[in-house]
Amino acid sequence: MASTETTAKDKDGGDLAGLEAGLDALETVQTGRKPLRQTFVEKILPPVVAIALVLAVWQALVSFKIVDDPTKLPSPGAVWDVLRQAWLQGELLGYIWTSVSRGLLGFFFALLIGTPLGLLVARVKFVRAAIGPILSGLQSLPSVAWVPPAVIWLGLNNQMMYAVILLGAVPSIANGLVSGVDQVPPLFLRAGRTLGATGLKGTWHIVLPAALPGYVAGLKQGWAFSWRSLMAAEIIASFPDLGVGLGQLLENGRNASDMAMVFEAILLILTVGIAIDLLIFSPLERWVLRSRGLLVKG
Amino acid sequence: MATTLAKAADGTEAATHAARIEHVSKSFAGPAGQQLVLDDISLDVAPGEFVTLLGASGCGKSTLLNLVAGLDRPTAGTISTDGRPALMFQEHALFPWLTAGKNIELALKLRGVQKNERRERAEELLELVRLKGAHGKRVHELSGGMRQRVALARAIAQDSRLLLMDEPFAALDAITRDVLHDELTRIWRETRLSVLFVTHNVREAVRLAQRVVLLSSRPGRIAREWTVGIPHPRRIEDTAVAELSVEITEELRGEIRRHGQH
Repeated sequence: MASTETTAKDKDGGDLAGLEAGLDALETVQTGRKPLRQTFVEKILPPVVAIALVLAVWQALVSFKIVDDPTKLPSPGAVWDVLRQAWLQGELLGYIWTSVSRGLLGFFFALLIGTPLGLLVARVKFVRAAIGPILSGLQSLPSVAWVPPAVIWLGLNNQMMYAVILLGAVPSIANGLVSGVDQVPPLFLRAGRTLGATGLKGTWHIVLPAALPGYVAGLKQGWAFSWRSLMAAEIIASFPDLGVGLGQLLENGRNASDMAMVFEAILLILTVGIAIDLLIFSPLERWVLRSRGLLVKG
Repeated sequence: MATTLAKAADGTEAATHAARIEHVSKSFAGPAGQQLVLDDISLDVAPGEFVTLLGASGCGKSTLLNLVAGLDRPTAGTISTDGRPALMFQEHALFPWLTAGKNIELALKLRGVQKNERRERAEELLELVRLKGAHGKRVHELSGGMRQRVALARAIAQDSRLLLMDEPFAALDAITRDVLHDELTRIWRETRLSVLFVTHNVREAVRLAQRVVLLSSRPGRIAREWTVGIPHPRRIEDTAVAELSVEITEELRGEIRRHGQH
Protein backbone atom coordinates (compact mmCIF):
# COMPACT_ATOMS: atom_id res chain seq x y z
CA MET A 1 0.00 0.00 0.00
CA ALA A 2 0.95 3.58 -0.50
CA SER A 3 2.35 4.89 2.73
CA THR A 4 0.79 8.12 3.83
CA GLU A 5 2.18 11.24 5.33
CA THR A 6 1.34 11.61 8.98
CA THR A 7 2.83 15.02 9.70
CA ALA A 8 -0.13 17.15 8.67
CA LYS A 9 -0.31 20.68 9.96
CA ASP A 10 -4.03 20.97 10.77
CA LYS A 11 -5.08 19.95 14.19
CA ASP A 12 -7.44 17.39 12.73
CA GLY A 13 -4.97 16.61 9.97
CA GLY A 14 -3.51 13.47 11.53
CA ASP A 15 -7.00 12.16 11.95
CA LEU A 16 -7.84 12.84 8.31
CA ALA A 17 -4.62 11.25 7.06
CA GLY A 18 -5.42 8.10 9.03
CA LEU A 19 -8.97 8.02 7.70
CA GLU A 20 -7.71 8.46 4.18
CA ALA A 21 -5.08 5.74 4.49
CA GLY A 22 -7.82 3.41 5.75
CA LEU A 23 -10.09 4.22 2.81
CA ASP A 24 -7.25 3.78 0.35
CA ALA A 25 -6.39 0.39 1.82
CA LEU A 26 -10.01 -0.77 1.78
CA GLU A 27 -10.66 0.29 -1.79
CA THR A 28 -7.45 -0.70 -3.49
CA VAL A 29 -7.72 -3.79 -5.62
CA GLN A 30 -4.92 -6.23 -5.03
CA THR A 31 -3.64 -7.79 -8.20
CA GLY A 32 -1.10 -10.55 -8.24
CA ARG A 33 0.30 -13.07 -10.68
CA LYS A 34 -1.22 -16.48 -11.02
CA PRO A 35 0.79 -19.44 -9.72
CA LEU A 36 2.78 -21.29 -12.37
CA ARG A 37 0.84 -24.50 -11.94
CA GLN A 38 -2.48 -22.76 -12.62
CA THR A 39 -1.04 -21.11 -15.74
CA PHE A 40 0.08 -24.52 -16.95
CA VAL A 41 -3.33 -26.12 -16.41
CA GLU A 42 -5.29 -23.20 -17.91
CA LYS A 43 -3.08 -22.04 -20.74
CA ILE A 44 -0.60 -24.71 -21.82
CA LEU A 45 -2.42 -27.98 -21.24
CA PRO A 46 -5.51 -27.33 -23.45
CA PRO A 47 -3.63 -26.66 -26.73
CA VAL A 48 -1.28 -29.60 -26.06
CA VAL A 49 -4.29 -31.89 -25.61
CA ALA A 50 -5.87 -30.53 -28.80
CA ILE A 51 -2.71 -31.15 -30.84
CA ALA A 52 -2.33 -34.66 -29.40
CA LEU A 53 -5.94 -35.38 -30.36
CA VAL A 54 -5.42 -34.26 -33.97
CA LEU A 55 -2.27 -36.40 -34.24
CA ALA A 56 -4.12 -39.38 -32.81
CA VAL A 57 -6.98 -39.04 -35.32
CA TRP A 58 -4.48 -38.57 -38.16
CA GLN A 59 -2.52 -41.68 -37.13
CA ALA A 60 -5.77 -43.65 -36.78
CA LEU A 61 -6.86 -42.68 -40.30
CA VAL A 62 -3.61 -44.15 -41.63
CA SER A 63 -3.30 -47.13 -39.27
CA PHE A 64 -6.87 -48.40 -39.79
CA LYS A 65 -6.51 -47.97 -43.57
CA ILE A 66 -9.43 -45.51 -43.70
CA VAL A 67 -7.23 -43.55 -46.09
CA ASP A 68 -4.64 -45.98 -47.45
CA ASP A 69 -3.10 -43.94 -50.27
CA PRO A 70 0.16 -42.32 -49.00
CA THR A 71 0.11 -39.89 -51.96
CA LYS A 72 -3.16 -38.49 -50.49
CA LEU A 73 -2.43 -38.72 -46.77
CA PRO A 74 1.07 -39.51 -45.51
CA SER A 75 1.41 -40.86 -41.97
CA PRO A 76 2.55 -38.47 -39.20
CA GLY A 77 5.71 -40.57 -39.07
CA ALA A 78 6.47 -39.95 -42.76
CA VAL A 79 6.08 -36.19 -42.32
CA TRP A 80 8.28 -36.36 -39.23
CA ASP A 81 10.94 -38.19 -41.27
CA VAL A 82 10.90 -35.51 -43.96
CA LEU A 83 11.26 -32.83 -41.30
CA ARG A 84 14.08 -34.72 -39.59
CA GLN A 85 15.90 -35.17 -42.85
CA ALA A 86 15.62 -31.49 -43.74
CA TRP A 87 17.00 -30.73 -40.29
CA LEU A 88 19.87 -33.21 -40.62
CA GLN A 89 20.78 -31.88 -44.04
CA GLY A 90 20.83 -28.41 -42.54
CA GLU A 91 18.11 -27.12 -44.88
CA LEU A 92 15.21 -26.69 -42.48
CA LEU A 93 16.43 -23.46 -40.87
CA GLY A 94 17.32 -22.16 -44.32
CA TYR A 95 13.73 -22.58 -45.56
CA ILE A 96 12.37 -20.92 -42.46
CA TRP A 97 14.89 -18.08 -42.47
CA THR A 98 14.33 -17.28 -46.17
CA SER A 99 10.63 -16.75 -45.55
CA VAL A 100 10.81 -15.20 -42.08
CA SER A 101 13.45 -12.66 -43.09
CA ARG A 102 11.35 -11.65 -46.08
CA GLY A 103 8.20 -11.54 -43.97
CA LEU A 104 9.67 -9.46 -41.16
CA LEU A 105 11.49 -7.05 -43.46
CA GLY A 106 8.32 -6.60 -45.53
CA PHE A 107 6.34 -6.09 -42.35
CA PHE A 108 8.84 -3.51 -41.18
CA PHE A 109 8.40 -1.54 -44.42
CA ALA A 110 4.62 -1.88 -44.07
CA LEU A 111 4.96 -0.42 -40.57
CA LEU A 112 6.94 2.56 -41.87
CA ILE A 113 4.32 3.29 -44.52
CA GLY A 114 1.15 2.26 -42.69
CA THR A 115 1.75 4.30 -39.53
CA PRO A 116 2.00 7.79 -41.03
CA LEU A 117 -0.71 6.89 -43.53
CA GLY A 118 -3.05 5.81 -40.73
CA LEU A 119 -2.31 8.96 -38.76
CA LEU A 120 -3.00 11.10 -41.81
CA VAL A 121 -6.30 9.37 -42.53
CA ALA A 122 -7.33 9.60 -38.88
CA ARG A 123 -6.47 13.27 -38.39
CA VAL A 124 -7.04 14.97 -41.77
CA LYS A 125 -10.69 15.07 -42.79
CA PHE A 126 -9.99 15.46 -46.51
CA VAL A 127 -7.61 12.51 -46.61
CA ARG A 128 -10.08 10.40 -44.69
CA ALA A 129 -12.92 11.22 -47.09
CA ALA A 130 -10.63 10.60 -50.06
CA ILE A 131 -8.95 7.31 -49.20
CA GLY A 132 -10.52 6.05 -45.97
CA PRO A 133 -13.12 3.82 -47.69
CA ILE A 134 -10.56 2.50 -50.18
CA LEU A 135 -8.21 1.63 -47.35
CA SER A 136 -10.82 -0.42 -45.51
CA GLY A 137 -11.97 -1.94 -48.80
CA LEU A 138 -8.44 -3.09 -49.57
CA GLN A 139 -8.48 -5.15 -46.38
CA SER A 140 -11.09 -7.45 -47.87
CA LEU A 141 -9.16 -7.90 -51.12
CA PRO A 142 -7.19 -11.16 -50.90
CA SER A 143 -3.57 -10.17 -51.34
CA VAL A 144 -2.99 -13.13 -53.65
CA ALA A 145 -4.79 -11.00 -56.24
CA TRP A 146 -1.76 -8.68 -56.22
CA VAL A 147 0.70 -11.40 -57.22
CA PRO A 148 0.05 -11.41 -61.01
CA PRO A 149 0.31 -7.61 -61.43
CA ALA A 150 3.33 -7.49 -59.10
CA VAL A 151 5.09 -10.12 -61.21
CA ILE A 152 4.33 -8.20 -64.41
CA TRP A 153 5.47 -4.87 -62.96
CA LEU A 154 8.50 -5.99 -61.00
CA GLY A 155 9.44 -9.41 -62.38
CA LEU A 156 10.24 -12.57 -60.47
CA ASN A 157 12.37 -11.17 -57.67
CA ASN A 158 12.37 -10.18 -54.04
CA GLN A 159 10.95 -6.73 -54.74
CA MET A 160 7.83 -8.40 -56.05
CA MET A 161 7.48 -10.31 -52.76
CA TYR A 162 7.86 -7.11 -50.74
CA ALA A 163 5.33 -5.31 -52.90
CA VAL A 164 2.77 -8.04 -52.25
CA ILE A 165 3.47 -7.96 -48.50
CA LEU A 166 3.07 -4.18 -48.42
CA LEU A 167 -0.22 -4.27 -50.29
CA GLY A 168 -1.45 -6.90 -47.84
CA ALA A 169 -0.22 -5.39 -44.57
CA VAL A 170 -0.31 -1.61 -45.01
CA PRO A 171 -4.13 -1.35 -45.02
CA SER A 172 -4.39 -3.43 -41.82
CA ILE A 173 -1.81 -1.37 -39.98
CA ALA A 174 -3.26 1.94 -41.16
CA ASN A 175 -6.82 0.89 -40.37
CA GLY A 176 -5.80 -0.32 -36.92
CA LEU A 177 -4.34 3.07 -36.15
CA VAL A 178 -7.42 4.86 -37.56
CA SER A 179 -9.81 2.87 -35.39
CA GLY A 180 -7.47 3.33 -32.44
CA VAL A 181 -7.56 7.11 -32.90
CA ASP A 182 -11.33 7.09 -33.43
CA GLN A 183 -11.81 5.31 -30.12
CA VAL A 184 -9.79 7.79 -28.07
CA PRO A 185 -12.24 9.02 -25.40
CA PRO A 186 -13.02 12.75 -25.98
CA LEU A 187 -12.39 13.27 -22.27
CA PHE A 188 -8.67 12.53 -22.79
CA LEU A 189 -8.52 15.12 -25.56
CA ARG A 190 -10.22 17.73 -23.37
CA ALA A 191 -7.97 16.89 -20.43
CA GLY A 192 -4.97 17.10 -22.73
CA ARG A 193 -6.05 20.49 -24.02
CA THR A 194 -6.44 21.94 -20.53
CA LEU A 195 -2.93 20.69 -19.77
CA GLY A 196 -1.66 22.50 -22.85
CA ALA A 197 -1.29 19.51 -25.18
CA THR A 198 -2.58 20.91 -28.46
CA GLY A 199 -1.54 20.38 -32.07
CA LEU A 200 1.50 18.15 -32.51
CA LYS A 201 2.06 17.97 -28.75
CA GLY A 202 -1.48 16.69 -28.38
CA THR A 203 -0.92 14.07 -31.07
CA TRP A 204 2.33 12.91 -29.51
CA HIS A 205 1.38 12.95 -25.82
CA ILE A 206 -2.32 12.13 -25.94
CA VAL A 207 -3.67 10.80 -29.25
CA LEU A 208 -0.94 8.30 -30.13
CA PRO A 209 -0.57 6.68 -26.70
CA ALA A 210 -4.35 6.61 -26.28
CA ALA A 211 -4.68 4.89 -29.69
CA LEU A 212 -2.01 2.28 -28.90
CA PRO A 213 -4.36 -0.67 -28.19
CA GLY A 214 -6.05 -0.28 -31.59
CA TYR A 215 -2.69 0.20 -33.27
CA VAL A 216 -1.26 -2.97 -31.75
CA ALA A 217 -4.35 -4.91 -32.83
CA GLY A 218 -3.71 -3.57 -36.33
CA LEU A 219 -0.06 -4.67 -36.15
CA LYS A 220 -1.12 -8.14 -35.15
CA GLN A 221 -3.49 -8.39 -38.07
CA GLY A 222 -0.89 -6.75 -40.30
CA TRP A 223 1.58 -9.52 -39.50
CA ALA A 224 -1.01 -12.20 -40.30
CA PHE A 225 -1.67 -10.50 -43.63
CA SER A 226 2.06 -10.10 -44.35
CA TRP A 227 2.68 -13.77 -43.77
CA ARG A 228 -0.29 -14.87 -45.86
CA SER A 229 0.61 -12.56 -48.74
CA LEU A 230 4.19 -13.75 -48.69
CA MET A 231 3.16 -17.42 -48.82
CA ALA A 232 0.82 -16.71 -51.73
CA ALA A 233 3.62 -14.90 -53.56
CA GLU A 234 6.14 -17.68 -52.87
CA ILE A 235 3.77 -20.41 -54.07
CA ILE A 236 2.63 -18.68 -57.22
CA ALA A 237 5.91 -17.07 -58.21
CA SER A 238 8.33 -19.81 -57.25
CA PHE A 239 11.58 -19.43 -59.12
CA PRO A 240 14.75 -21.35 -58.29
CA ASP A 241 16.99 -18.26 -58.18
CA LEU A 242 14.93 -16.75 -55.36
CA GLY A 243 16.03 -19.36 -52.84
CA VAL A 244 13.70 -21.87 -51.26
CA GLY A 245 11.30 -20.42 -48.74
CA LEU A 246 8.38 -22.22 -47.19
CA GLY A 247 6.04 -21.34 -50.06
CA GLN A 248 8.49 -22.71 -52.62
CA LEU A 249 8.92 -25.82 -50.50
CA LEU A 250 5.19 -26.42 -50.72
CA GLU A 251 5.21 -25.87 -54.47
CA ASN A 252 8.24 -28.17 -54.87
CA GLY A 253 6.39 -30.86 -52.93
CA ARG A 254 3.39 -30.54 -55.22
CA ASN A 255 5.56 -30.75 -58.34
CA ALA A 256 7.24 -33.89 -57.02
CA SER A 257 3.87 -35.33 -55.91
CA ASP A 258 5.51 -35.72 -52.51
CA MET A 259 2.62 -35.37 -50.08
CA ALA A 260 4.88 -35.67 -47.03
CA MET A 261 6.83 -32.63 -48.21
CA VAL A 262 3.58 -30.70 -48.83
CA PHE A 263 2.48 -31.49 -45.30
CA GLU A 264 5.90 -30.53 -43.99
CA ALA A 265 5.62 -27.14 -45.68
CA ILE A 266 2.07 -26.52 -44.46
CA LEU A 267 3.03 -27.43 -40.88
CA LEU A 268 6.04 -25.12 -41.02
CA ILE A 269 4.04 -22.20 -42.44
CA LEU A 270 1.44 -22.62 -39.71
CA THR A 271 4.00 -23.03 -36.94
CA VAL A 272 6.10 -20.04 -37.95
CA GLY A 273 3.03 -17.81 -38.30
CA ILE A 274 1.79 -18.81 -34.85
CA ALA A 275 5.26 -18.63 -33.29
CA ILE A 276 5.88 -15.05 -34.44
CA ASP A 277 2.46 -14.05 -33.16
CA LEU A 278 3.04 -15.76 -29.82
CA LEU A 279 6.59 -14.47 -29.41
CA ILE A 280 6.13 -10.87 -30.57
CA PHE A 281 2.61 -9.62 -31.08
CA SER A 282 0.59 -11.35 -28.37
CA PRO A 283 3.01 -10.37 -25.57
CA LEU A 284 3.04 -6.80 -26.93
CA GLU A 285 -0.74 -6.67 -26.96
CA ARG A 286 -1.04 -8.20 -23.49
CA TRP A 287 1.51 -5.78 -22.10
CA VAL A 288 -0.32 -2.76 -23.56
CA LEU A 289 -3.70 -3.91 -22.27
CA ARG A 290 -2.49 -5.05 -18.88
CA SER A 291 -0.63 -1.85 -18.11
CA ARG A 292 -3.92 0.00 -18.68
CA GLY A 293 -5.99 -2.39 -16.62
CA LEU A 294 -7.90 -3.46 -19.74
CA LEU A 295 -7.07 -7.15 -19.46
CA VAL A 296 -9.48 -9.05 -17.24
CA LYS A 297 -7.79 -11.98 -15.60
CA GLY A 298 -9.30 -15.35 -14.85
CA MET B 1 2.92 26.15 -3.64
CA ALA B 2 4.53 29.21 -5.11
CA THR B 3 1.25 30.94 -5.87
CA THR B 4 0.62 33.93 -3.66
CA LEU B 5 -2.04 36.57 -3.55
CA ALA B 6 0.30 39.36 -4.56
CA LYS B 7 1.86 37.69 -7.59
CA ALA B 8 0.34 38.55 -10.93
CA ALA B 9 0.89 36.95 -14.32
CA ASP B 10 3.52 39.46 -15.39
CA GLY B 11 4.87 39.94 -11.88
CA THR B 12 4.45 43.71 -11.98
CA GLU B 13 1.17 44.25 -10.20
CA ALA B 14 -1.21 42.20 -8.16
CA ALA B 15 -4.08 40.66 -10.08
CA THR B 16 -7.41 41.97 -8.88
CA HIS B 17 -9.26 38.87 -9.89
CA ALA B 18 -8.55 35.24 -10.73
CA ALA B 19 -11.42 35.21 -13.20
CA ARG B 20 -13.71 37.94 -14.47
CA ILE B 21 -16.84 36.95 -16.34
CA GLU B 22 -18.61 39.94 -17.89
CA HIS B 23 -22.07 39.78 -19.47
CA VAL B 24 -21.43 36.37 -20.90
CA SER B 25 -24.11 34.65 -22.98
CA LYS B 26 -23.89 31.37 -24.80
CA SER B 27 -26.29 29.79 -27.23
CA PHE B 28 -26.09 26.53 -29.13
CA ALA B 29 -27.80 25.55 -32.36
CA GLY B 30 -30.63 23.28 -31.26
CA PRO B 31 -33.57 21.57 -32.99
CA ALA B 32 -35.71 24.67 -32.37
CA GLY B 33 -33.20 27.21 -33.67
CA GLN B 34 -30.69 28.95 -31.43
CA GLN B 35 -31.03 27.87 -27.84
CA LEU B 36 -29.87 30.26 -25.14
CA VAL B 37 -28.00 28.32 -22.46
CA LEU B 38 -26.36 31.13 -20.52
CA ASP B 39 -27.88 34.58 -20.29
CA ASP B 40 -25.86 37.64 -19.26
CA ILE B 41 -23.69 36.09 -16.56
CA SER B 42 -21.35 38.41 -14.69
CA LEU B 43 -19.19 36.97 -11.95
CA ASP B 44 -15.80 37.74 -10.42
CA VAL B 45 -13.63 35.28 -8.57
CA ALA B 46 -11.15 37.08 -6.33
CA PRO B 47 -7.60 35.77 -5.89
CA GLY B 48 -7.67 32.98 -3.34
CA GLU B 49 -11.45 32.84 -3.27
CA PHE B 50 -13.51 29.64 -3.23
CA VAL B 51 -16.75 30.02 -5.18
CA THR B 52 -19.29 27.30 -5.90
CA LEU B 53 -21.69 27.47 -8.81
CA LEU B 54 -24.86 25.68 -7.87
CA GLY B 55 -27.75 24.75 -10.10
CA ALA B 56 -30.13 22.05 -11.30
CA SER B 57 -29.64 20.17 -14.54
CA GLY B 58 -29.68 22.35 -17.62
CA CYS B 59 -28.52 25.51 -15.89
CA GLY B 60 -25.42 25.57 -18.06
CA LYS B 61 -22.96 25.41 -15.17
CA SER B 62 -20.64 23.01 -16.98
CA THR B 63 -20.94 25.14 -20.12
CA LEU B 64 -19.85 28.17 -18.13
CA LEU B 65 -16.89 26.25 -16.74
CA ASN B 66 -15.84 25.18 -20.25
CA LEU B 67 -15.99 28.82 -21.34
CA VAL B 68 -13.77 29.88 -18.43
CA ALA B 69 -11.39 27.01 -19.22
CA GLY B 70 -11.14 28.28 -22.79
CA LEU B 71 -12.46 25.03 -24.27
CA ASP B 72 -15.31 26.96 -25.90
CA ARG B 73 -16.06 30.59 -26.82
CA PRO B 74 -18.93 32.69 -25.46
CA THR B 75 -21.56 33.98 -27.92
CA ALA B 76 -21.41 37.37 -26.24
CA GLY B 77 -19.47 38.97 -23.40
CA THR B 78 -15.89 38.55 -22.25
CA ILE B 79 -14.01 36.28 -19.89
CA SER B 80 -10.57 37.04 -18.59
CA THR B 81 -8.52 34.84 -16.33
CA ASP B 82 -5.19 35.24 -14.62
CA GLY B 83 -3.27 32.75 -16.77
CA ARG B 84 -4.65 29.50 -18.15
CA PRO B 85 -6.88 27.83 -15.57
CA ALA B 86 -6.57 24.21 -14.51
CA LEU B 87 -9.62 22.01 -14.92
CA MET B 88 -10.75 18.94 -13.04
CA PHE B 89 -13.56 16.75 -14.32
CA GLN B 90 -16.17 14.50 -12.78
CA GLU B 91 -14.27 11.58 -14.25
CA HIS B 92 -10.64 11.51 -13.13
CA ALA B 93 -9.42 11.84 -16.77
CA LEU B 94 -6.03 10.42 -15.81
CA PHE B 95 -4.17 8.88 -18.73
CA PRO B 96 -4.15 5.10 -18.25
CA TRP B 97 -0.94 4.61 -20.23
CA LEU B 98 0.98 6.58 -17.62
CA THR B 99 1.55 5.91 -13.92
CA ALA B 100 0.08 8.26 -11.33
CA GLY B 101 3.39 10.09 -11.03
CA LYS B 102 3.96 10.30 -14.78
CA ASN B 103 0.49 11.83 -15.22
CA ILE B 104 1.61 14.66 -12.96
CA GLU B 105 4.98 14.86 -14.70
CA LEU B 106 3.25 15.25 -18.07
CA ALA B 107 1.43 18.32 -16.76
CA LEU B 108 4.76 19.68 -15.53
CA LYS B 109 6.43 18.92 -18.83
CA LEU B 110 3.71 20.63 -20.84
CA ARG B 111 4.17 23.82 -18.86
CA GLY B 112 7.91 23.69 -19.43
CA VAL B 113 9.37 22.36 -16.18
CA GLN B 114 12.86 20.96 -16.74
CA LYS B 115 13.24 17.19 -16.85
CA ASN B 116 15.47 16.94 -13.78
CA GLU B 117 12.96 18.83 -11.64
CA ARG B 118 9.85 16.98 -12.70
CA ARG B 119 10.26 13.85 -10.62
CA GLU B 120 10.84 15.79 -7.42
CA ARG B 121 7.94 18.17 -8.07
CA ALA B 122 5.65 15.23 -8.82
CA GLU B 123 6.66 13.58 -5.53
CA GLU B 124 5.90 16.82 -3.69
CA LEU B 125 2.49 17.10 -5.31
CA LEU B 126 1.67 13.48 -4.47
CA GLU B 127 2.65 14.23 -0.91
CA LEU B 128 0.33 17.24 -0.95
CA VAL B 129 -2.63 14.98 -1.74
CA ARG B 130 -1.28 12.42 0.75
CA LEU B 131 -0.36 9.82 -1.82
CA LYS B 132 3.32 9.58 -1.05
CA GLY B 133 4.69 6.41 -2.57
CA ALA B 134 2.02 6.17 -5.28
CA HIS B 135 4.29 7.54 -8.03
CA GLY B 136 4.68 4.18 -9.77
CA LYS B 137 1.07 3.06 -9.41
CA ARG B 138 -1.01 2.48 -12.50
CA VAL B 139 -4.30 4.35 -12.67
CA HIS B 140 -6.37 1.16 -12.54
CA GLU B 141 -4.61 0.11 -9.36
CA LEU B 142 -5.94 3.16 -7.52
CA SER B 143 -9.34 3.55 -5.85
CA GLY B 144 -11.83 6.19 -7.03
CA GLY B 145 -10.85 8.59 -4.27
CA MET B 146 -7.13 8.13 -4.93
CA ARG B 147 -7.64 8.75 -8.64
CA GLN B 148 -9.39 12.05 -7.95
CA ARG B 149 -6.57 13.05 -5.63
CA VAL B 150 -4.00 12.31 -8.35
CA ALA B 151 -6.18 14.31 -10.76
CA LEU B 152 -6.17 17.17 -8.23
CA ALA B 153 -2.39 16.95 -7.94
CA ARG B 154 -2.11 17.00 -11.74
CA ALA B 155 -4.36 20.07 -11.92
CA ILE B 156 -2.26 21.84 -9.28
CA ALA B 157 0.88 20.86 -11.22
CA GLN B 158 -0.24 23.26 -13.94
CA ASP B 159 0.59 26.05 -11.49
CA SER B 160 -2.51 28.01 -12.45
CA ARG B 161 -3.92 30.55 -10.08
CA LEU B 162 -7.41 29.35 -10.82
CA LEU B 163 -8.67 25.81 -10.39
CA LEU B 164 -11.94 24.93 -12.12
CA MET B 165 -13.74 21.87 -10.80
CA ASP B 166 -16.66 20.27 -12.64
CA GLU B 167 -18.49 18.12 -10.07
CA PRO B 168 -15.23 16.32 -9.28
CA PHE B 169 -16.62 14.25 -6.41
CA ALA B 170 -20.06 13.40 -7.82
CA ALA B 171 -19.12 9.84 -8.77
CA LEU B 172 -17.61 8.97 -5.39
CA ASP B 173 -19.29 7.26 -2.45
CA ALA B 174 -20.43 9.47 0.43
CA ILE B 175 -17.63 8.55 2.85
CA THR B 176 -14.86 9.15 0.32
CA ARG B 177 -16.50 12.37 -0.85
CA ASP B 178 -16.64 13.66 2.73
CA VAL B 179 -12.93 12.93 3.20
CA LEU B 180 -12.07 14.63 -0.08
CA HIS B 181 -14.03 17.72 0.99
CA ASP B 182 -11.71 17.99 3.99
CA GLU B 183 -8.72 17.35 1.75
CA LEU B 184 -9.72 19.98 -0.81
CA THR B 185 -10.33 22.57 1.92
CA ARG B 186 -6.91 21.86 3.42
CA ILE B 187 -5.16 22.08 0.06
CA TRP B 188 -7.04 25.22 -0.94
CA ARG B 189 -5.96 26.90 2.29
CA GLU B 190 -2.37 25.72 1.91
CA THR B 191 -1.97 26.72 -1.74
CA ARG B 192 -4.21 29.81 -1.66
CA LEU B 193 -5.57 28.89 -5.07
CA SER B 194 -8.77 30.40 -6.40
CA VAL B 195 -11.39 27.74 -6.96
CA LEU B 196 -14.52 27.81 -9.09
CA PHE B 197 -16.40 24.67 -8.18
CA VAL B 198 -19.51 23.47 -10.01
CA THR B 199 -21.98 21.19 -8.25
CA HIS B 200 -25.66 20.31 -7.93
CA ASN B 201 -25.14 19.26 -4.34
CA VAL B 202 -26.24 22.06 -1.98
CA ARG B 203 -24.50 20.69 1.11
CA GLU B 204 -21.28 20.26 -0.81
CA ALA B 205 -21.52 23.85 -2.02
CA VAL B 206 -22.09 25.22 1.48
CA ARG B 207 -19.48 23.03 3.10
CA LEU B 208 -16.70 24.10 0.74
CA ALA B 209 -17.31 27.64 -0.43
CA GLN B 210 -16.83 31.17 0.74
CA ARG B 211 -19.50 32.20 -1.73
CA VAL B 212 -22.34 30.16 -3.26
CA VAL B 213 -23.79 31.34 -6.58
CA LEU B 214 -27.15 29.90 -7.56
CA LEU B 215 -27.90 29.62 -11.26
CA SER B 216 -31.42 29.37 -12.65
CA SER B 217 -32.08 26.92 -15.47
CA ARG B 218 -32.86 27.38 -19.17
CA PRO B 219 -31.38 29.85 -19.69
CA GLY B 220 -28.78 29.95 -16.93
CA ARG B 221 -28.87 33.25 -15.07
CA ILE B 222 -27.46 34.19 -11.72
CA ALA B 223 -30.46 33.86 -9.42
CA ARG B 224 -28.91 34.61 -6.03
CA GLU B 225 -25.67 34.66 -4.12
CA TRP B 226 -24.78 33.77 -0.55
CA THR B 227 -21.63 34.55 1.36
CA VAL B 228 -20.77 31.65 3.64
CA GLY B 229 -19.24 32.89 6.88
CA ILE B 230 -19.06 29.54 8.67
CA PRO B 231 -15.49 29.10 9.96
CA HIS B 232 -13.32 26.19 8.85
CA PRO B 233 -12.95 23.33 9.60
CA ARG B 234 -16.55 22.70 8.62
CA ARG B 235 -18.33 19.38 8.70
CA ILE B 236 -21.14 18.22 6.47
CA GLU B 237 -23.30 17.60 9.57
CA ASP B 238 -22.71 21.03 11.14
CA THR B 239 -25.91 22.84 12.14
CA ALA B 240 -24.81 26.04 10.43
CA VAL B 241 -24.09 24.16 7.20
CA ALA B 242 -27.49 22.45 7.46
CA GLU B 243 -29.37 25.70 8.08
CA LEU B 244 -27.90 27.53 5.13
CA SER B 245 -28.38 24.43 2.96
CA VAL B 246 -32.10 24.39 3.81
CA GLU B 247 -32.41 28.02 2.80
CA ILE B 248 -30.54 27.52 -0.49
CA THR B 249 -32.42 24.31 -1.27
CA GLU B 250 -35.75 26.17 -0.88
CA GLU B 251 -34.57 28.76 -3.37
CA LEU B 252 -33.28 26.08 -5.75
CA ARG B 253 -36.60 24.23 -5.58
CA GLY B 254 -38.42 27.47 -6.34
CA GLU B 255 -36.27 27.87 -9.45
CA ILE B 256 -36.99 24.32 -10.55
CA ARG B 257 -40.76 24.68 -9.89
CA ARG B 258 -40.97 27.63 -12.28
CA HIS B 259 -40.19 25.25 -15.14
CA GLY B 260 -43.21 23.05 -14.40
CA GLN B 261 -45.63 25.95 -14.56
CA HIS B 262 -45.79 26.36 -18.31
